[in-house]
Amino acid sequence: MSRVSFLSVQGVSKRFGGLLAVSDASFEVAEGSITGLIGPNGAGKTTLFAIASGFEQPTTGRVIWRGEDITGRPPHRLAQDGLARTFQIVQPFAGLSVRENIAVGAFLRHRRRADAIAVAERVAERVGLSAELDKPAAALTVAGRKRVELAKALATEPKLLLLDEVLAGLNPSEVRDIVPVVRAIRDGGVTVLMIEHVMQAVMNLCETVHVLAQGRIIASGTPHSVVADPAVIEAYLGHGAAKRLSGAAHA
Amino acid sequence: MTPRDLLPIAGFAAAAALLPLFVTAGTWLNFMIFTLIICLAAQGWNILGGFGGQYSFGHAAFFGTAAYGTAILQLRYGVNPYPAFAAGIAAAAAVGWIIGVLAFRSGLRGSYFALVTLAFAEVFRVLANSAEVTGGAAGLLIKLDVRPENFQFESRANFYWIALALVTGALVLTRWLERSRLGAQLVAVRENESAARALGVDALSVKLSAITLSGAVTGAAGGLYAQYFLYLDANIAYGTWISVEALLAPIIGGAGTVFGPVLGGIILHSLAEFTKTLVGRIPGVDLVIFGALLILVVRFPPRDIPGLLKRWRR
Ligand SMILES: Nc1ncnc2c1ncn2[C@@H]1O[C@H](COP(=O)(O)OP(=O)(O)O)[C@@H](O)[C@H]1O
Ligand SMILES: [Mg+2]
Repeated sequence: MSRVSFLSVQGVSKRFGGLLAVSDASFEVAEGSITGLIGPNGAGKTTLFAIASGFEQPTTGRVIWRGEDITGRPPHRLAQDGLARTFQIVQPFAGLSVRENIAVGAFLRHRRRADAIAVAERVAERVGLSAELDKPAAALTVAGRKRVELAKALATEPKLLLLDEVLAGLNPSEVRDIVPVVRAIRDGGVTVLMIEHVMQAVMNLCETVHVLAQGRIIASGTPHSVVADPAVIEAYLGHGAAKRLSGAAHA
Repeated sequence: MTPRDLLPIAGFAAAAALLPLFVTAGTWLNFMIFTLIICLAAQGWNILGGFGGQYSFGHAAFFGTAAYGTAILQLRYGVNPYPAFAAGIAAAAAVGWIIGVLAFRSGLRGSYFALVTLAFAEVFRVLANSAEVTGGAAGLLIKLDVRPENFQFESRANFYWIALALVTGALVLTRWLERSRLGAQLVAVRENESAARALGVDALSVKLSAITLSGAVTGAAGGLYAQYFLYLDANIAYGTWISVEALLAPIIGGAGTVFGPVLGGIILHSLAEFTKTLVGRIPGVDLVIFGALLILVVRFPPRDIPGLLKRWRR
């Protein structure tokens, strides 16, 4: 990796009772990159985000960000430091309008209401929510709510953005609309780490992908190299799948 | 906050200030002053409960602390009533902060938080009922000494205007809160605490600010009560009645809105007064009315009323 390591997850494990959700996971995210974190359901991806964003403590291991150990730092402090996340299960402020939802994020760096609202409206424009600003967040479609989730995080003006399946549940045309938005966010100077199942978007956006399966990182590399990796194919399709697939291709 | 934000408040204050020019009967002024005191207590509850979503069942803890503070500083230490009143408010704010630290630090929410606040108020009531400094069960009588510089007035109208000024101050404070960063963060915590924390909101400190402000405003109502009626005992100062009214008024009038507590306070007390004249002084009849009203409001939230009417007409 040519670029300097920005976020570094080092030997992180997380145990929930008898379940080892994350097991000795280590990976790096380069500054200015769009990095993917993929893997089957239940692999521990969301748990890793919860640990990196301060919502959960790892059982063992550390998270280093810009050379600082941030393990266990509370979420609001991390947000102040410039690390923002979205939630896989969207978490809107249901009773508030879209504008007010985004403004909560914008208030982090703007004390005056007028400034926070102005920032919220600019962010809404970037993610294509300008027409929905006055609607209650609860009244939006799935795609709309995903955009609000993205906009709230973006309004905190982060340096590192963790996106947890912001494309899940969107139809192909909605996915096509959001992909350039994510790229524009990165081009605006934000490093992006994204959990994603929509492979079309992963192949399109990510320079590096880490694959998590049963809590372990089983592969890292370019999107094209990891999808061809037999270990990855087996993780998704079951034991022996890689062999069967290559057999089918040869036949 | 822009001048336009303050316009409705100025309009309300001006209209209400004119009332004593038309209503001069002592019983009516008495009613209006008492209603304003309840409105003020409710405005305090609204900051924490309405904006912050932390429902307290024990706002008597703040009301009573300021009421006793105002009375005791005068009676036992000879302090002038105005600084005594200010110190009472400060004490109520401090009690708010302490209850907040104990309850919110340990992550209490919802009905657990409500129960803890109720428990605090009850402990204070029992203590005040037996302690010597609070006059025990006999209560405290503030010496009658009618002089404006002594916070006692010949004319009830003067007291009405002071109560109105405090309610107006609380309206301005609430409007400021609604427009401020603290207010936005408080509402965010009410709507979704995890989401708020992810956006950099220090939920604990936001809730602590809210309960401290809330305690101060409800405390102002308690201090005013002491100074108006010049008598206090534990069941008045720390009684459940004030905890219940402080939370019912905003819920009926619109929790988390600027005018909700005042609207609800007026509705509540007009209804109570009306039933009293209608059916006489049956003990507890106002509680029955309050209960029925609460059920109605919970079943048919006021914001749904336009929709209900539309359905009805069809
Ligand atoms: N708070 C929790 N308590 C107990 N088990 C959990 C908790 N969070 C996640 N898990 C479990 O940890 C595993 C990993 O979950 P998750 O991180 O959500 O996976 P992914 O996001 O990759 O689908 C799952 O088996 C899930 O049931
Ligand atoms: Mg997940």
